Amino acid sequence: MQQFHQTFFEESFEGLDIMENELLNLDVGNADSEVINTIFRSAHSIKGGSGTFGFTAVAEFTHVAETLLDEMRDGVRQVTQESVDILLKSVDVMRDMLTALKDGGDMDAENIATVQKQLEELLGTEGTSNTSAPESGSNNENSGVDGWLISFRPHIEMLRTGNDPVRMMYALTELGDIETKADLSALPAFADLNPEDSFLGWEITLKGDVNKDDITEVFDWVEDECDLEITPLSSSSAQEIESTPTDAPATTDTPTPAASPTKQAGSKKSTESASIRVGIDKVDEIINLVGELVITQSMLGQIGGEIGNDEGHNSSRMEKLLEGLAQLERNTREIQESVMRIRMLPISFVFSRVPRLVHDLSGKLDKKVELVTTGENTELDKTVMEKIGDPMVHLVRNALDHGIEPPEARKQEGKPETGTLTLNAYHKGGSIVIEISDDGAGINKERVLNKARANGLVGENETLTDDAINDLIFHPGLSTAESLSDVSGRGVGMDVVRKNIKSLGGSVRVDSVEGKGTIFTIQLPLTLAILDGQLVRVGSETFIIPLVSIIESIQVKSDNLNGIAGKADLYKLREEYIPVIRAQHVFGMEDDNASLNDRLMVVVEGDGHKAGIIVDDLLAQQQVVIKSLETNYERVDGLSGATILGDGTVALILDIAGVIEMFKTLSAPVPPSPVDPDGKDSDIAEEAA
Amino acid sequence: MASILAVDDSASMRQMVAFTLKGAGYDVTEAKDGQEALQIAKSNSYNLVITDINMPNMDGITLTKELRTLPSYKFTPILTLTTESSSDKKMAGKQAGATGWIVKPFNPDQLLATVKKVLG
Repeated sequence: MQQFHQTFFEESFEGLDIMENELLNLDVGNADSEVINTIFRSAHSIKGGSGTFGFTAVAEFTHVAETLLDEMRDGVRQVTQESVDILLKSVDVMRDMLTALKDGGDMDAENIATVQKQLEELLGTEGTSNTSAPESGSNNENSGVDGWLISFRPHIEMLRTGNDPVRMMYALTELGDIETKADLSALPAFADLNPEDSFLGWEITLKGDVNKDDITEVFDWVEDECDLEITPLSSSSAQEIESTPTDAPATTDTPTPAASPTKQAGSKKSTESASIRVGIDKVDEIINLVGELVITQSMLGQIGGEIGNDEGHNSSRMEKLLEGLAQLERNTREIQESVMRIRMLPISFVFSRVPRLVHDLSGKLDKKVELVTTGENTELDKTVMEKIGDPMVHLVRNALDHGIEPPEARKQEGKPETGTLTLNAYHKGGSIVIEISDDGAGINKERVLNKARANGLVGENETLTDDAINDLIFHPGLSTAESLSDVSGRGVGMDVVRKNIKSLGGSVRVDSVEGKGTIFTIQLPLTLAILDGQLVRVGSETFIIPLVSIIESIQVKSDNLNGIAGKADLYKLREEYIPVIRAQHVFGMEDDNASLNDRLMVVVEGDGHKAGIIVDDLLAQQQVVIKSLETNYERVDGLSGATILGDGTVALILDIAGVIEMFKTLSAPVPPSPVDPDGKDSDIAEEAA
Repeated sequence: MASILAVDDSASMRQMVAFTLKGAGYDVTEAKDGQEALQIAKSNSYNLVITDINMPNMDGITLTKELRTLPSYKFTPILTLTTESSSDKKMAGKQAGATGWIVKPFNPDQLLATVKKVLG
């Protein structure tokens, strides 16, 4: 059975997602029966599967939730906000239970019991939560019985349900010896005989010490389609006649015809049939291999180019080879792009977490919030997606807690009582941009600034631009909420949000207008597997600087250089002073050129800090496949990975923020980035660093 | 060997049923809902149909009714898979023309025993 567990977990998690979504869609008080049916069906499948695969605890819990849904489906129970909330909690519990089973973790027994109790209280059936109680008590009438006399008279239509009397005879022979006597009395004249009807009856004598339940079980499926009498044969026992009900009163409600498939079910079906489920490890393997292919291709291209130069272009075979190599390059590029696309998923996977969050939080905070999402189909890499979920959730919490005002306050401001939270995503160049905006109170700049001054983050007389003030909210330890709530805590968080997004190679900024609202804009690379890099030569080594970190490259003019005590040099770049980092020093290499004059400097920015990195040469710009150092070797400070170049050599990829950090440590205690006294746009974060 | 059409919207249940029956030598075809099953059933013939009841697009009850209207499925045994221990679902299946039922949860042995009971 184990081989089916994986499938079971996958479909159950999908089912739970469907339940959650549909529950959130439920119009309380005027619920769509098809929606309830969809929710019920998911719960039902989970219950059935978990029972079959031996996950009894899940089956038992789900049974209670299913009962509630069943009552809603049958219209016995009203769909109330309370019941929807409890069902949502139940979805969480089931998800936790299944996750624990899947990963071998522990279940939160207390929470399970709490939610189950709430469900039962709502149902009013506390204590009767056990699934599938036996239908009838066991029948121990076989004591002192030598056998049974069975009178079996099928109704005329019994054959039409595919029940063959011969099958039942066979089943009886497995219980004991039988003697059968056919009753042909009902048989019509041959001309009237319809071979699809059943006219025969049987008197069957079954000998042996047989339990009556075993006999009734043989006829279990046809009890409504025959007259059945089972009488003990024992001479000593009284002639007790027990008959199973012959014609059970026909239930008046005919089985409901299949509801016409909803649009949603239809669309789900089409996506199902158009996709296959593949393990992520398989995809990663392909990506890896394609990475190798890209390297091999560029190696061949390089050698081909060299041979071509050596031998001139007069050889037609040479030309063909070069043509082939060019084609290989195109194809490789296309394969690489296609493979990368396999890993891409629509952002809706992250957005879909938000409706639930908004529902729960707006209830908790007594706020009215409408959620609008656009661009759900914008795709990004699965790895990036997995990591962006938490920061995004944090920003949504923040918008609901601090952004959108309570209904009364909004009314006073002349705004609609219901606030709007908008999620938007779109592609921009090689990045995905995610916007989280609210029409709430906006950031109170005065309060932020006062708080920052109080904490010593900003000098008393220092003036900051609006953007710089807004940016302060990402500073560790700055929370302006007057009262702390359990929704978004005490200012730990925003700095973590920025850190997490930075670690993905992305950025986050905030724009806010007081009284109008706030927009958080997250920009992320589409994938973590490839990178646009600038190849630079440092000594005899080639390094790669991520293009996104590069602001510009300049030739050093000694006039603008300021050496300060210690090792650090500062370079005056227009109105700013930036520290000059000699890559050789940071990586412990020999620098045979002590003078900085006329050398090349790449101006980079990492983690909000600018710096100039001295390099010996600027080489090509190219897309490189990132190989993890952690996986293949070990983590190295200042490096984010490595790649293999066309000539087969390994080039290390610089982690700009890390390099700047290393440089600071090396040149301590000298402050790495003193603020230009004249500069108005000085970054206060640097001062605080 | 007898051929069986197994219908369930839950992939894990379907796989389990198919795996068990194939292991016993039956020829098994899978369908993921009533609609698909009906399509398949129309162009093939089977000795037994095993169907879940709660399914999207077309449920097992409707499938059973539809199958019974087809001449080649007039007497074909149809078993419903049902978690309902209460009798109304079983009876709904019966009224639609099902031969019998298998109550979930069941293990592979129980499934095989029931199938053997029907197919002999």
